[in-house]
Amino acid sequence: MSEATASRNAPDTADTGKRVAFRGGGFAPTRKRWIGPLLFILLILLIEWGTRTGVISNLTLPRPSDVLATFVELWDSGLLWKHLGPSLGRLAVGATLGVGAGVAIGVLIGLFSYVRAGLTPLVAAIFPIPKIALLPLFVIWFGIDEGSKYALIALGTFTPTVVAAYGAVDNVDRSLIRMGQSFNLSWFSIVRKIVLPGAMPGILSGLRVSLAIGIILLVAAEMLGAEYGVGAYILEAGSLYDLERLFAGVTILSVLGVLVNASVGAIERRLLNWRV
Amino acid sequence: MDLHLDSIRHAYGSVAVLEDISLTIPSGRIVCVIGPSGCGKSTLLRLIGGLERPASGAILQGGDPPAGCLNPLTFIFQDFALLPWRSVAGNVSLALEDHGLPNAETERIIGDVLARTKLSDFRDALPKQLSGGMKQRVAIARALAVNPAVLLMDEPLSALDSQTRALLMEDLVGLWTRRPFTAVYVTHNLQEAVLLGHEIVVLSRRPGRVREIVKLETPLQDRRVGDPDLEREQQRLWSLMREEAQAADQELIDV
Ligand SMILES: Nc1ncnc2c1ncn2[C@@H]1O[C@H](COP(=O)(O)OP(=O)(O)OP(=O)(O)O)[C@@H](O)[C@H]1O
Ligand SMILES: [Mg+2]
Repeated sequence: MSEATASRNAPDTADTGKRVAFRGGGFAPTRKRWIGPLLFILLILLIEWGTRTGVISNLTLPRPSDVLATFVELWDSGLLWKHLGPSLGRLAVGATLGVGAGVAIGVLIGLFSYVRAGLTPLVAAIFPIPKIALLPLFVIWFGIDEGSKYALIALGTFTPTVVAAYGAVDNVDRSLIRMGQSFNLSWFSIVRKIVLPGAMPGILSGLRVSLAIGIILLVAAEMLGAEYGVGAYILEAGSLYDLERLFAGVTILSVLGVLVNASVGAIERRLLNWRV
Repeated sequence: MDLHLDSIRHAYGSVAVLEDISLTIPSGRIVCVIGPSGCGKSTLLRLIGGLERPASGAILQGGDPPAGCLNPLTFIFQDFALLPWRSVAGNVSLALEDHGLPNAETERIIGDVLARTKLSDFRDALPKQLSGGMKQRVAIARALAVNPAVLLMDEPLSALDSQTRALLMEDLVGLWTRRPFTAVYVTHNLQEAVLLGHEIVVLSRRPGRVREIVKLETPLQDRRVGDPDLEREQQRLWSLMREEAQAADQELIDV
């Protein structure tokens, strides 16, 4: 009886009291597809406007439309693929080696105390070395050609991947491992069916960082001795103070970064659809 | 298969958790373990299940597990412990995969246990799509799939609301009456203990010792909430527990 009265009174609460304010919003990332590109376009329009009116001088920033024209020229002459092709190949080979070894070593560190005791200090020692500083050494070890570039990218992506992977293994829910043991699963089954899938979220978010570092090192490697490649293109433009071409090169790198990030996102959505 | 605990003692570092526990878990009966918080009930269950080694004493199996038993000592955990990346059927099959059963047999067992726990319609659902009660039923189905000799349950219903708990209690009683199983059932809830236990072991505060063992003769299917005999038993258990719980609280304040 009293419940019925309460619910009948509900609609006219407006004149019996103040509505309870909503304060539960936020802290829940949702997918907003258009905000990123929109901000991007606005920024470019702003620069275009600034360079046209002279608020931004031509020496400070190139005009976006000029950069676009350079880019179209690059495309038409076929030079784009001549530069981009080798770069993508180097990134693919180097990052595959580095990430593959990184995940493997990271998982081993996560699983075995002896490996952990031996390798974590080593990884901590390698991590902060600017890998570019080692390029001359790599040239001696692996040759001036592709070998040294692969090695540089591989080493650069390796360390962050190791750290992400063993952190991810450490974070796997121990109660799930206990459960596996309580059902007498073999050690190998526990690793394959519980530890690896449980570590996947951490490994994939480490992948984002590693691949971005891979792109940075790719360019660095190509700046030191490469005929073709985005890095070589940028270096040449820079030494001629050709801002349009410099920015066309930088834009290619940004687009590459966005694409890599988007593909990791796509893999995450596919592989981690079980996440709450 | 029955289990014998022979003067079990356990300590974590310098903290004694269990002292001189001797118990028999008879085949085909449910033994409930109650005791104040922190007295070592979960630890005792892990020792029985072989997930930890006692500091001293032995846990002995009497007789062989029945034929067709894939995992004699099987846990049902308080937090369900389902793999979030596997479907309901996948979680059940996890317990079977290492035994090299033919596919058809695996499928048959999965279908059977999901039917027994009324989950057939949710075969392909992921844990995140299930309610708490359903998740615990998946965990029960997974445990039943390996045809356990002894079920070890650590507060399996305490994460659930009281209605779901009552329904799952009925399910457990139903499962037991259709095919009696041996179980150790740790709980905080005295009502669950008197509804489900053939024997109720009352542990003292930490370090846990066996304070009393109560035997209830009423058949499980005849036990009802509000039955005066059971109420009286529950009341008596509560007065036993209360002294221990109060003493345990007092010790914490003194620290
Ligand atoms: N892995 C561990 N390392 C150190 N101490 C532990 C460990 N596990 C449990 N303990 C301690 O042992 C004691 C008993 O813990 P246990 O979890 O068995 O109690 P419990 O009776 O299950 O309590 P509750 O009723 O709250 O679940 C507690 O004091 C706890 O702090
Ligand atoms: Mg406990």
